[in-house]
This record gives sequence, structure tokens and C-alpha cells, in this order.
Amino acid sequence: MAQIFAYILHSNGELDDSALELLAAAKKIDPDVDVTAIVTGSGIDDVCKKAAESFKTVWKIDSDALSYPNAEVVRKALLNMLPSDCFVLLPQDTFGMDLGPGLSVKMDSAFVGDVVDIEGVEGNTLKTIRQEFSGQVSTHVHCDVSAGAVINVRPGVFQPAEGQAGEVVDKSGEIGDVSAKRKFIEIQEAEVGEVDITKSEVLVSVGRGIEDEENLEMVFELAEAMGADVSCSRPIVDAKWLEKSRQVGTSGMTVKPKVYMALGISGSFQHMGGVKGNPFIVAINKNPKAPIFQVADVGVEADILEFVPELTEKIKEL
Amino acid sequence: MEILVCVKRVPDTAENEIELNAEGNDIERDDLVYSVNEWDNYAVEEAIQMVDKHGGSVTVVTVGDEESEEVLRREMAMGAEKGILLSDDAFEGSDGKGVAAILKAAVEKGSYDLIMTGAQADEGYAQVGGMLAAMLDYPYASLVNSIEVGDGKLKVGREVEGGNIEMNEIELPCVLSIQTGINEPRYVGIRGIRKVASVEIPAMGASDLGIDAGSVGEDAAKVRRIDYFVPEMGEGAEMLEGSTDEIIDKLIELLKSKGGIK
Ligand SMILES: Cc1cc2nc3c(=O)[nH]c(=O)nc-3n(C[C@H](O)[C@H](O)[C@H](O)COP(=O)(O)OP(=O)(O)OC[C@H]3O[C@@H](n4cnc5c(N)ncnc54)[C@H](O)[C@@H]3O)c2cc1C
Ligand SMILES: Cc1cc2nc3c(=O)[nH]c(=O)nc-3n(C[C@H](O)[C@H](O)[C@H](O)COP(=O)(O)OP(=O)(O)OC[C@H]3O[C@@H](n4cnc5c(N)ncnc54)[C@H](O)[C@@H]3O)c2cc1C
Repeated sequence: MAQIFAYILHSNGELDDSALELLAAAKKIDPDVDVTAIVTGSGIDDVCKKAAESFKTVWKIDSDALSYPNAEVVRKALLNMLPSDCFVLLPQDTFGMDLGPGLSVKMDSAFVGDVVDIEGVEGNTLKTIRQEFSGQVSTHVHCDVSAGAVINVRPGVFQPAEGQAGEVVDKSGEIGDVSAKRKFIEIQEAEVGEVDITKSEVLVSVGRGIEDEENLEMVFELAEAMGADVSCSRPIVDAKWLEKSRQVGTSGMTVKPKVYMALGISGSFQHMGGVKGNPFIVAINKNPKAPIFQVADVGVEADILEFVPELTEKIKEL
Repeated sequence: MEILVCVKRVPDTAENEIELNAEGNDIERDDLVYSVNEWDNYAVEEAIQMVDKHGGSVTVVTVGDEESEEVLRREMAMGAEKGILLSDDAFEGSDGKGVAAILKAAVEKGSYDLIMTGAQADEGYAQVGGMLAAMLDYPYASLVNSIEVGDGKLKVGREVEGGNIEMNEIELPCVLSIQTGINEPRYVGIRGIRKVASVEIPAMGASDLGIDAGSVGEDAAKVRRIDYFVPEMGEGAEMLEGSTDEIIDKLIELLKSKGGIK
């Protein structure tokens, strides 16, 4: 069986949640394998020690050139030391999406992105499960791994695995040439808006199902009647109908309300990734098969344009 | 600046409920409404705005069948000058790498400073841009939501977690995958489409591109979709039933008990 590597993201000395999820995914490829964690950065001894609490081997790749994980630089470093035909596991987040596809080309191995489950390996075939059309249907995807593979794993779907303690191996000397034609400059923090939805206890969240900017008014009326704040999914911000600070999701805010009411939102993983703290979720959607109904506590199959004004009226009458 | 934008024809999920066909090996495609992948419209709009400011031209390209021509025409109605259709029986069943290899050959037939793709398409792999860049040995940045043109290079913002922006400097020629929200794609009316209805769109096949037919298509694909299925659902939401009034009454009771109405 080929070697399996998991790339470990970290910030402020802590491992990213994806670390133990990748370990779980690796165990589904091969239950008996010793997974090697790859940690890059500069001044990463503490993070490597933490990784070594769960991974049998931890590759420490310490260099000033890697102080920020620029995927173009990381790729070069990895290509200088990874064995051929291996598996590399990455999270399907903004870093993994940047690195994975190009890495698989350079390693001449297969690539499968946004994997939600792994059924195992048979011969040279890796059997994975994916979703298409924003989660409305699933697919079995088989992949020829005879020359290895780069597998990008959807965050939050694999139960974090319990690992075994191991040791740190310093690979910093093998980095080699990592010059790249893309240079990291800086991180610009997201702007703060007029409402802070991260503190709201009740959120009325609106998605593309609202259809028109003018229809937003009924959402604000409902929120006012409930004593809630208004948040939204990404398409509403892309259309510039609401400010970015109201966007819930992986590329927006992480919210922890008690009650989350999703109006005309399909329930993509990037959206639900921003809903934490196990709130009571109410979903109102005209499509009974919308994936949001899988994660909601209570659902209503309805056209929000008709349902919301009626709901608001009744709440006002209370 | 000569810009090539890769676009894909996809089923419009906002317009369609996706259902399985009777055999369960594909989705029901008969009544599907197709359109341009959402992300690609943002890429084309960005390319047009860059050319308006800095000169040059925008070319749109797609790997597909004859029906894919309509998405090229739509993007040309937005303002792209040229369209190229890459179509051949040998391309059918290509996986992401196959599609990227076909696009690479098309890039090499032209002379482009900048290649753009969408960040992802209907299948959600988010793969073609990064693969194309690696095959061309061009630098790559994904999830780009701002571009500033400099001398022989670009300053690009990548949207990362939490809505933060990662600023990068990237040398030309390069490949960028574009994230939604970078601009507001212009509206295309019937009239706009009519204007470009008779523009010639060249089609290129494997031999025109100098591609060895065995290196793309189904036989070369390492990644195969075996079937479509609807997974066994967990319990899911409790669906409220009854008349609208009854549903609203139940919902209000639930909201009250959970602290959802103050
Ligand atoms: C890197 C990356 C980061 C991302 N980050 C985020 C993020 O932070 N937040 C985020 O939200 N998204 C994010 N996305 C986008 C995400 O993938 C989805 O595209 C998005 O969440 C979809 O938003 P939506 O549910 O409002 O729209 P859609 O998926 O289009 O769903 C609209 C829903 O409304 C329903 N509907 C339509 N009309 C009505 C009606 N009249 N009444 C009732 N229901 C109706 C439809 O059945 C459908 O379920 C990100 C994507 C990428 C690639
Ligand atoms: C009949 C048929 C058979 C198929 N068989 C297989 C198969 O056996 N194995 C398999 O893995 N896949 C198969 N596919 C899927 C096909 O290979 C995908 O289009 C390809 O993998 C791109 O993946 P994606 O949609 O995830 O694109 P992403 O990488 O998510 O898209 C990102 C960007 O890449 C560009 N892009 C993507 N596709 C195209 C395109 N066609 N033309 C121009 N630009 C494009 C666009 O700019 C897009 O925004 C098949 C598709 C069809 C229609």
C-alpha cells in the first residue's frame, strides 16, 4: 500500500480542525496505514509537537520562505521531497483548492476534489463519494491510484479520528529551490459592518430564493417582528443587496445563534460551515429535496414570497 | 492585454430540480435548462473591464459539443470578441485533467497574457484552473476577487476564510480562477444575443490542436463517475404539514419555545 500524507493547516500554534478529519479520511483509504503529517511554516516546533500527538510521523518543514502558506511555494517544497505514487490529502478549503489540482499534475497522479466519503481501495481503484449540483445528488467516483492521488476532502464531514502518538522528523534541509512567480504580500482583514451577526441570538437568513432586491423588505419585517437580525447567503452579497458583514459561511461570518431561520437557502457546505453552536434550524424552501432540509430541525415546503408576509402578520398579532 | 476565459455550459440549478433518470446512472437531462457556469460570467465580466481599461481583447473558449456554442455566444454578447469551440468525439468522457489538457493545447495555439477560469463549476471539483496552470508552467492563484494591473504582473486579492483578502503579486502570463462577487456581470438581453448570432465561431478538434486522441477522453481518464444516486437520508427535518394557517401556528409555537420570538 502506498504512503499517505496529510497536509496540516495551522494558525496561532493550533492545528486546524481539518487535521484529524484528514487522518480519519486516510484511515478509510487504508485502516492500517501510518499517516505522515506535513507541517510547513517558520518557527513551528510547537505545532509539530501537537501534530505528533496524533500522527505516527510528522514532517517538519521549517523555513522563512514558508512562513505564509503560499500554495505555489508549498507545492515546490513538497515536490522536492514527496515519494512518487503516494497519496496526499488536503482539505477542500481556500488553501487546498489552491494547491491540490496543480500538485496532482506535477506528481502525475490522479485528483479528486471535494470528497465527502471514502469506501476504500480495491486493487488500484480508490472508491469515493462526491456530491454534485449543490448537494442535490450524490455520485460514486472511482479513481485510478496506481500512480498515487491528491484527494481534497470536504471540511466537517469526516469524524475527527483518534490518532497514535509519533515522532517529528525534520525535513527542513530538503526544501530545495522554492522560488515562485507568485508572492504573498499581506492579509487584509474583512470589514466590520453595521450589525454584528456573530453576536445575534436569533437570525433570519435569506438566500437566492428571495429572487429580487425589493423582496428583502419582507425579510427585514419578519426579523423585526421576531426581534431577530438579518443575515444572508453569499449570492445576496455578490449581488450587492446586503453588506458582506451579513454573510454567513466559510468565506463570511461564523455565527452561533440559538435559532437560525433559513429562507430560500439551499444549504451548501460553505454556507452551513458558518453556522455553529448547534442552533435550532428552521428551513423554508420550495424544493422539498433541498439539502438544507437534511440539516434543519424543522422544515416548511413553501414559497417564501407568499409564506413570509403571512408569518410576519401572525407574529405581529401575538 | 490578450485574455482567454474558459467557460463551461452547465445545468442551471436555480431553474431546475435535479432528478435521477429511470436507470439511475445519470440525472434526467431532458427538461434541463442550461446556462453558463455562474463563476464564469464573473470571469468574463472582469476580462472585459480589464480590456476596456488597458486595451487588448477577450476570447472565450469551451470544451463541449455543438450545443455549447450557445454559451460562447452569450459571453460574446457580453463583450468578448472571439469564441472558440473545442469539440471532438475523442474528448468525450474526459476527466478534469483531460479538459485541462485540451484547454492547454488551445492556449498554445494563441498568444495570451492572462487565462481565467471560474473558481468552480457544477461538479464542484474546482480543478481545471489549477491543472491548466501547472500544465502550462504558469503561476496560479485561485478564488481571486480583485485584480490590479501592473507592469508585467498583477496584484490580485484571493478571498480566503472569514472573508479576509490575501494579497499577492503574480507574474504574467498566469492563470487565475475567479470567485463570484468580484464585479457585477452585465445583463445580456435577447437583442445582445441577436447581434452576435451570425458571428463565426471556429470549432477545433484533436487534430487541429495537435492532441493525441488517446491522451484525453474516456480511456485516458483516471477519474470516473460510476453513477448518480440519492443517498439514504438521515432523519432530516420534521416537515410541518397542514394548511398554511396550521403550519404558521405550529411554527410560531416552536419558535416561541426555542426563544426565536422575543
Ligand atoms: C470558496 C467558496 C466559498 C464560499 N463561501 C460561501 C459563504 O461563506 N457563504 C455562502 O452562503 N456561500 C458560500 N459559497 C457559495 C456556496 O457554494 C453556494 O453557492 C451558496 O451558498 C448558495 O446560496 P443560496 O443557498 O442562497 O442559493 P442557491 O443554492 O441557489 O439556493 C437557493 C434556494 O432557494 C430555493 N428557492 C428558490 N426560490 C424560492 C422561493 N420563492 N421560495 C422558497 N425557496 C425558494 C431553491 O429551492 C434553492 O434551494 C462559497 C463558494 C465557494 C466556492
Ligand atoms: C458526457 C460527459 C462525460 C463525462 N465523463 C467524465 C469522466 O468519465 N470522468 C470525470 O472525471 N469527469 C467526467 N465528466 C466531467 C467533465 O470532465 C468535467 O467537466 C471536468 O471534469 C471539469 O470539472 P468541473 O465541472 O468540476 O470543473 P471545475 O474545475 O470545477 O471548473 C472550474 C472552471 O474550469 C473551467 N472549465 C471546466 N470545464 C470546462 C470546459 N468543459 N470547458 C471550458 N472550461 C471549463 C471553467 O472556467 C470553470 O469555471 C464528464 C462530463 C460529461 C458531460
